[in-house]
Amino acid sequence: MTPAVLVLRDGRVFRGRALGAEGETSGEVIFNTAMTGYQEILTDPSYRGQIVTMTYPLIGNYGLNVEDVESRRPWVNGFIVKEASPTPSSWRGRTGLDAYLKTHGIVGIQGIDTRALTRHLRDHGAQDGVINSTGEDVARLQERARALPGLVGRDLVREVTVDAPFTWREGAWDLARGYQPAPPGECKVVAFDAGIKLNILRQLAATGCDVTVVPAATPAAAVMEMKPDGVFLSNGPGDPEAVPYLVDSVRELVGTVPVFGICLGHQILGLAAGGRTYKLPFGHHGANHPVKDLATGKVEITSQNHGFAVDPDSVAGKGWEPSHVNLNDSTCEGLRHRELPVFSVQYHPEASPGPHDANYLFHRFRELMKRSKGS
Amino acid sequence: MPKRTDLRKILIVGSGPIVIGQACEFDYSGTQACKALREEGFEVVLVNSNPATIMTDPETAERTYIEPLTPEFVARVIERERPQALLPTLGGQTGLNVAVSLADDGVLDRFGVELIGAKLPAIKKAEDRELFKAAMRKIGLHLPRSATVKSLEEARAIVAKIGYPAIIRPSFTLGGTGGSIAYNPEELDEAIRWGLQQSPVGTVLVEESVIGWKEFELEVMRDLADNVVIICSIENVDPMGVHTGDSVTVAPAQTLTDKEYQLMRDAAIAIIREIGVETGGSNIQFAVNPDDGRLVVIEMNPRVSRSSALASKATGFPIAKIAAKLAVGYTLDEIRNDITRETPASFEPVLDYCVVKMPRWAFEKFPEADPTLTTQMKSVGEAMAIGRTFKEALQKAIRSLEQDRWALALDRPASEDELRRLLRVPTPERLFAVGDAYRAGFSTTEIHQLTKIDPWFLENLREIVAFETDIARAGLGDGEMLRAAKQLGFADRRIAQLTGTTEADVRAARRHHGIRAAFKTVDTCAAEFVAHTPYLYSTYEEEDEAPATDRRKVVILGSGPNRIGQGIEFDYCCVHAAFALRELGVEAIMVNCNPETVSTDYDTSDRLYFEPLTLEDVLNIVEKERPLGVIVQFGGQTPLKLAVPLQTLGVPILGTSPDAIDRAEDRERFNALIQELGLKQAAGATARSLEEAQTIAASIGYPVVVRPSYVLGGRAMRIVYDDQDLREYMREAVRVSPEHPVLIDKFLEEALEIDADAVSDGERVVVGGVMEHIEKAGIHSGDAACALPPYSLGDDQVKALRAQTRALAGALGVVGLINVQFAIRNDAVYVLEVNPRASRTVPFVSKAIGVPLAKVATRAMLGHSLASIAHVEERELGHIAVKESVFPFIKFPGVDVVLGPEMKSTGEVMGIDRDFRQAYLKSQIAASSVLPTTGKVFVSVKNRDKRVVMSLARRLVEMGFSLVATAGTARVLERHGMQVQQVYKVLEGNRPNVVDLIKQGEIVLVINTPEDGRARQDSATLRRAALAQNIPYYLTVDGIQAAIGAIEALLKGEQGVRSLQEYHAEL
Repeated sequence: MTPAVLVLRDGRVFRGRALGAEGETSGEVIFNTAMTGYQEILTDPSYRGQIVTMTYPLIGNYGLNVEDVESRRPWVNGFIVKEASPTPSSWRGRTGLDAYLKTHGIVGIQGIDTRALTRHLRDHGAQDGVINSTGEDVARLQERARALPGLVGRDLVREVTVDAPFTWREGAWDLARGYQPAPPGECKVVAFDAGIKLNILRQLAATGCDVTVVPAATPAAAVMEMKPDGVFLSNGPGDPEAVPYLVDSVRELVGTVPVFGICLGHQILGLAAGGRTYKLPFGHHGANHPVKDLATGKVEITSQNHGFAVDPDSVAGKGWEPSHVNLNDSTCEGLRHRELPVFSVQYHPEASPGPHDANYLFHRFRELMKRSKGS
Repeated sequence: MPKRTDLRKILIVGSGPIVIGQACEFDYSGTQACKALREEGFEVVLVNSNPATIMTDPETAERTYIEPLTPEFVARVIERERPQALLPTLGGQTGLNVAVSLADDGVLDRFGVELIGAKLPAIKKAEDRELFKAAMRKIGLHLPRSATVKSLEEARAIVAKIGYPAIIRPSFTLGGTGGSIAYNPEELDEAIRWGLQQSPVGTVLVEESVIGWKEFELEVMRDLADNVVIICSIENVDPMGVHTGDSVTVAPAQTLTDKEYQLMRDAAIAIIREIGVETGGSNIQFAVNPDDGRLVVIEMNPRVSRSSALASKATGFPIAKIAAKLAVGYTLDEIRNDITRETPASFEPVLDYCVVKMPRWAFEKFPEADPTLTTQMKSVGEAMAIGRTFKEALQKAIRSLEQDRWALALDRPASEDELRRLLRVPTPERLFAVGDAYRAGFSTTEIHQLTKIDPWFLENLREIVAFETDIARAGLGDGEMLRAAKQLGFADRRIAQLTGTTEADVRAARRHHGIRAAFKTVDTCAAEFVAHTPYLYSTYEEEDEAPATDRRKVVILGSGPNRIGQGIEFDYCCVHAAFALRELGVEAIMVNCNPETVSTDYDTSDRLYFEPLTLEDVLNIVEKERPLGVIVQFGGQTPLKLAVPLQTLGVPILGTSPDAIDRAEDRERFNALIQELGLKQAAGATARSLEEAQTIAASIGYPVVVRPSYVLGGRAMRIVYDDQDLREYMREAVRVSPEHPVLIDKFLEEALEIDADAVSDGERVVVGGVMEHIEKAGIHSGDAACALPPYSLGDDQVKALRAQTRALAGALGVVGLINVQFAIRNDAVYVLEVNPRASRTVPFVSKAIGVPLAKVATRAMLGHSLASIAHVEERELGHIAVKESVFPFIKFPGVDVVLGPEMKSTGEVMGIDRDFRQAYLKSQIAASSVLPTTGKVFVSVKNRDKRVVMSLARRLVEMGFSLVATAGTARVLERHGMQVQQVYKVLEGNRPNVVDLIKQGEIVLVINTPEDGRARQDSATLRRAALAQNIPYYLTVDGIQAAIGAIEALLKGEQGVRSLQEYHAEL
């Protein structure tokens, strides 16, 4: 077993064993509290630039399969677990965690006190770090960690977005039959890909949307030429302020067509509305966050993955209002325009991983599009 | 939504005595609910027949009724108290059934009582299999195919469709009572007959087998605003076919992908909504086909359950407490999470550790019982362990069971064929057989084929076994290997076995290598938020996150998993110790591993260590905490065994010294003590070999009582009538040796037996209660019924007993509690046993006399004099309390119900009233003995009892009963001028025999005093028949006498109800 080490920007060192590819990697070290769904997490493009710590200690139990993917490849910069299962067990499982990470060249570390790491990140904030399994001197790694650029101001969307538009027709997953063909489309949606999770596309398709996915840098005019019934703003990695081109497009589109944003898409909409975003100390990454719908008072358990948030006060009085609030820390979880058919949520109604409580939002989007088509 | 203001007084119904399938978990849930509702300003009225609970403490509710949990008695409480609402979901199946029957009878409507939490239609929809099936079909979920039948013919027709094996589940029974699996037509016939008998409504569900599928449970909560959250997922290591109460279970689920887990979550949410459980917790069980993921719903409990207690302890989310608040109108987002303080209860807990629960069985008490595990629960207790990995948690759980088992291994050698059988047929040994199978070179594939246990679990077990070789080779010199062993959960003791060293060597090596237990917090949120409640577990990782405080502190050692002889009574004492310490401003630190209990509620103590109660684990805590001392006298035998080893290592033991405990336990020292005080004891001595035993028995004369020293609950204790008996006993039951001596005492036949509980501060001794057993000597004190105050002793006798108790406590230097057992024969008082520790009767006595003895004892141990504590004096009672025991015989077909010196009961009830007959009657009703007022009484008594039974039979005739007897007894009854219907004995071969009559429902009461020794087997079938038909039976002259008195009381009219607070106010 090859020794490996995790070194944080503030100098803290955790010693463990190599997981996946051996070598060195760096990124912002964060923690995710979901107890299932590591395959979805690994393949979620929003984790670009980040090293993900799973707080649940036993990871890899059911292996990795061909279905539970959120994009064409894993994106995490690194992966940290307490114990990676060497012998997964599941009727759908095809490969083990270690082998999968090796195949994709992802450097990880296992066998460290992930709870101590989580407490450290909670108390001192998410921060850059280096995983190394080549036996490099720790002092040198500490230097390297200090020199890392952080996430703020970096455009990571560029690294994960598609090169050219494509259309999407696959619907939701079924236990017996796998992914199902989508029903006939009732609405035409153009989705900006800032690192879109496939399950968003599946949910849009399953609710009756013909989806065309376009690169994040597509100008508004090009989108309007496609005559969409609605525009979707996807999730994606990093700092929303580092993606001004997308903000500009969205600013133009708001008011002309129904818009729905998720996660980074929500932040982009916030910026387009003239608001401000800020970095959270350690973000929200998990599948158990309570969010209250301010219109109904109902609580939904949500899947979350973001390090930045919209300051709701910054958009107040500009026609916008918060629609959802996080009950743990009162941060803004959703925005909607008072008059225009535009809304967004900070969390992940497409789940995958996580609860399906907020799936109604896809239907809400479809109804908005149908209504504005009718008028 | 805010709290409801239209409610003022709320009735909570408890779950009654501890039985298999319903244990301390309902004391935990009920106590939490009472506390939560009172916090909100509601007046709580509580009914529960079980005096050993914290919930029946007079401080827990405004009004506490220790009365039988029958609809009639609860109706009387309702009539008297007029609550506006009844919360039926916290008292287990018993509480729910009582509530349903009160609703059905119209009692709730008549008195304007609203069911809160779950309404009647929801309860029915969840409990009635046909309604449940229809509801599941409506929401598109599947169940195993099944049908409810009323007869054998219907059952056969169904099985023709679904095939074998078929699962048989009687309707409306506890813990799967009467359930079984039929693999062929003969088994089906038997299973259906047994099931129909067991079901109170005479129906049985016959179900398609999903044996071998993976089994999961979700704990679900819903509020009045229709918010639903999943608190915990649980995966059973034992696949379908073994009752979840008998399965090794793990939280959270380990082998489900997120997609599969979310389908289950969606299903659970749809189910709680469709069934219509308004608020609170429900438990939903699922089976998953391991080959294609197909999901079927097994059942739903619309109430808190054993699993919800486990889920609460596993996650830190107090389900019952939150359920109570939801029932009075709050929504989940209005309730804060106690542990984080800042975040709301409307979330789903996440774990960053693994939890393993293991059941504990009591088959050693019932050697005739079949230990095969089926859909009917058979375990009597459970231990839970927390670790950072499954392997660590599992190994901690194994040692938490306190069965002197330190490894994943059988405690006897087994051939490969035997291993295959042990793997195929689930028994308590199966998990350990997996370990030995790996040692014997079996592959995971083969073990999986035999057990159907998921390969993920098996592989983890394989890793544990494989590492044993590594550590054995490495020895203690290799620090990294030693650390790895600790991270895998190996006990020091096991490492010592594997490396040929001692536990002390391993400990020293660990210290040398700097390998220390680190403590982590159970915080509901995987460290995402700061935790404010120190609910801790040990692991071998880098960071210890819970530094000790600088307060004055005391460690209380709990009693571990429930077993026969050591149950809720000891947990009750430990909880009182924690309360007393907190009142004194001393930090209370609890150590225990039983997830059912109030002691492992993080609210009970200042700090909770959820840890095994072994020397190693306790030392880890003591070294970290540096307490003023450790309390060992409340948790039964578990902590008592640790007293000397802890003291030897320099750990201060609070209260009575371990030496005094030894003086009471060691035969020679005890004899000297008795002589020194001029008291009497039965002749006896200690035998270290068979020859010694025979010599002793010959010199004192048969019958003799034999038992191994240092046991609780009369384990392996027998009355031996002749030399042949003695030889068998010494060879088979105890394997006597110089290290394991056997105590032999003259058996005091026909003696009265008395228990006394007292408390002492080292100077003054106050006798809390003197209890007279109903049955004469020979029946274990934990099984005998007893009355407080004594109902037949003279004042002078009671005075003498008190004086002797005081003398013994004084001589031993007791600081804390002491229990003395006496026998009185021909007016002479004999001391049978002295236990300088909490006894099983402490809660019963405390409730009867209105003095919390364990709390008082704790204060005394902290140096407070009894004189300084209010109300501590010997009291004259204006009422009488009767304790009756409750037995698990119904769960074990083929086991004789006759009692002896080895304890067999799982629980107890209390009857309290103005006079003995009324109190005894209530105790019988509470113990589910339905005493008749008319009908046929079967009488069969041994010769010695015939004379006295004649006068009792005459009383029955005078009350209007008619008599049935077999030839011998019939002749004597006739000679005494009574009319008798004569029946055949079973052995006579003619029909109808007495068992036929019992099965036909002809008999309303069985009076049977069986012969001593081997001869009694002849009448076992008739007693089993009475048990199966739920016909009351009395097997001792004293019991019969008391029962007849109770019937007289019953004939006189209705029994009143009265709260404990009212009884205590009169003192």
